[in-house]
Amino acid sequence: MTDLREKSVAPVVPEKVGRKRRIPPAVAILLGAALILILTYTLPPFRNYQLATVGAYFTVTAGLTVLTGLNGQLSLGHGALMATGAYTFALTQNRWLSMPLSVLAAIVVTTLAGVVIGLAAARLRGPYLAGLTLAVAVVVPSVTSTFDTTFNSDMGLSIALDPPPGTIPMERWQAWLCWAGALVTAFLLATLTRGRFGRDIRAVRDDETAARLAGVHVARTQVLAFVVSAACAGLAGALFAVLAQSVSPGAFPLTLSLFLVMAIVIGGLGRLVGALLGALLLVLLPALAQTAGERSGSQHLEGNLALVIFGVVLVVVMLAAPGGLASIRFTLRRK
Amino acid sequence: MDRFVYLTFDGLSRGAVYAAFALALVLIWRAARIVNFAQGAMAVAAVYVAYSVTDATGSYWLGFVAAIVFGLLLGVAVEKTVMRFVDHSSPLNGVVVALGLVLIVQGVLGILFGNEYRPIETPFRRDAFEVGGIALLSRYDVFVFAAVGAVVVALTLLFTRTAVGLRMRAAAFAPDVSRLLGVPVGGMLTLGWALAAAVGSLAGMLVVPTELGLHPTAMDVVFVSAFTAAVVGGLDSPIGAVTGGLVVGLLLSYVSGYLGATVAPMAVLFLLVAVLLGRPGGLFSHSKARLA
Repeated sequence: MTDLREKSVAPVVPEKVGRKRRIPPAVAILLGAALILILTYTLPPFRNYQLATVGAYFTVTAGLTVLTGLNGQLSLGHGALMATGAYTFALTQNRWLSMPLSVLAAIVVTTLAGVVIGLAAARLRGPYLAGLTLAVAVVVPSVTSTFDTTFNSDMGLSIALDPPPGTIPMERWQAWLCWAGALVTAFLLATLTRGRFGRDIRAVRDDETAARLAGVHVARTQVLAFVVSAACAGLAGALFAVLAQSVSPGAFPLTLSLFLVMAIVIGGLGRLVGALLGALLLVLLPALAQTAGERSGSQHLEGNLALVIFGVVLVVVMLAAPGGLASIRFTLRRK
Repeated sequence: MDRFVYLTFDGLSRGAVYAAFALALVLIWRAARIVNFAQGAMAVAAVYVAYSVTDATGSYWLGFVAAIVFGLLLGVAVEKTVMRFVDHSSPLNGVVVALGLVLIVQGVLGILFGNEYRPIETPFRRDAFEVGGIALLSRYDVFVFAAVGAVVVALTLLFTRTAVGLRMRAAAFAPDVSRLLGVPVGGMLTLGWALAAAVGSLAGMLVVPTELGLHPTAMDVVFVSAFTAAVVGGLDSPIGAVTGGLVVGLLLSYVSGYLGATVAPMAVLFLLVAVLLGRPGGLFSHSKARLA
């Protein structure tokens, strides 16, 4: 039970208060963009594709880490929100063949979905919220099968993408698109969470009563946090659709939502750098596990080894260092 | 009308399984204030054990017993090695750790058994008896009712009539006082997890043959239904869990029967949203005193 081991109650997220010198977000984003540009010209096509996938994952983990880490709402439904974005993108793109319009539509529709779920979520806490969002994640195949004239059931939709401009190879173009989305998202989130919004959502996470006394509108703040994070998920969904050039319910299983949670927990909840690290691991670990599976010659090992590794990492990090990998370094330095 | 009667009995049979599964969730929630999101995955693991034993020996009942025993042991193992060490300062931690367990269990099952659906047989026939031309119950439904009924009665007796049950309730309700009075609080917690996991395994054994078949993710949707059942009844109330289970079972049966099977998960989602927004404590909630 809780009282067996009275731990000194440390905040889950080690927050760096005050005077540490930090790189301003704009500089970090520009450096990141330069790095991506260099990488896309030096890496072979398949690596470019993986790089693009990291960018797409980063877009959603960045939003999720703000929601879960800074505002304390755990969502298992972000896979479903991504599916919303991806399907909206596919339907709009196939109809009007305009990528900017489709991306915008994906973000808007997913944001609206986020408003609906967020309104419900603002009244729920802890396991109840997790259960509700889990139900949302599980409902995706059911929706696509019920309205199969629109969503084409389990088969999904293929997407007619505009060809990349000029002679740019497809993979490089995808990497640019994904990282443009990811970096813009990261910049907006970094700016947003440093301001009043960031203070409000942290205050609500730490103590709702105190926040309310200080004049923070608790429910509105929670809904807003969910909506912001849903918008990120919508954009990420559209990026995944660009990457796969198709959408199907099989691409957004419950496992995806669990992977996203793993990604934000491992790097340290509430930190954009942690979200980036998590996104990187989401691409690297399955690739490594697949190589290991191929080498051992066992078909069963391929997809499943990654599941086991993610699960073990999640449990171990949660038990040993709830603040994520970054917090281990933090405590060591302080000693 | 015939169809309505048939769907009602089918719904009650499904509901009995959800009730058992919801009961497992409630047992752990009452003992440890954790919603065990890994319950579904643990139950699937037990069903795989049953499948292997039945495959090797040819006897369904040996497999059945093996699943329940494995469930007990898995419950003990999970509590002793993982859940005991969860930091409870944030309610998120327990959930996230349980999700990690889900990934581990599903991954290990996939590695050991592969990711294809395996048909699993039932000990009794599933075609319904007819009374006056109306299809009512199958032998399997009767078996489900008997098994779940036995579990509910046994748990009720355990918690209300035995010293161990009293200690378990005391350990959950007031751990410090119980410890002073000599109750092994940690042991009671482990026992609670073991019982819950065994009940969950039983529910898994009952539900998997009626669904698509055995698969590492076979219980995902069932888990959501059972969670809904537990929330409908209030996470704190065993009677509520049983009632909630029957309500969810009936709802699913009517929706599948009249609107199509694919609509069923959406119906569960709507029910969950309605209950959470209308009566978050559940229909049978009467515990204002113990919130955390």
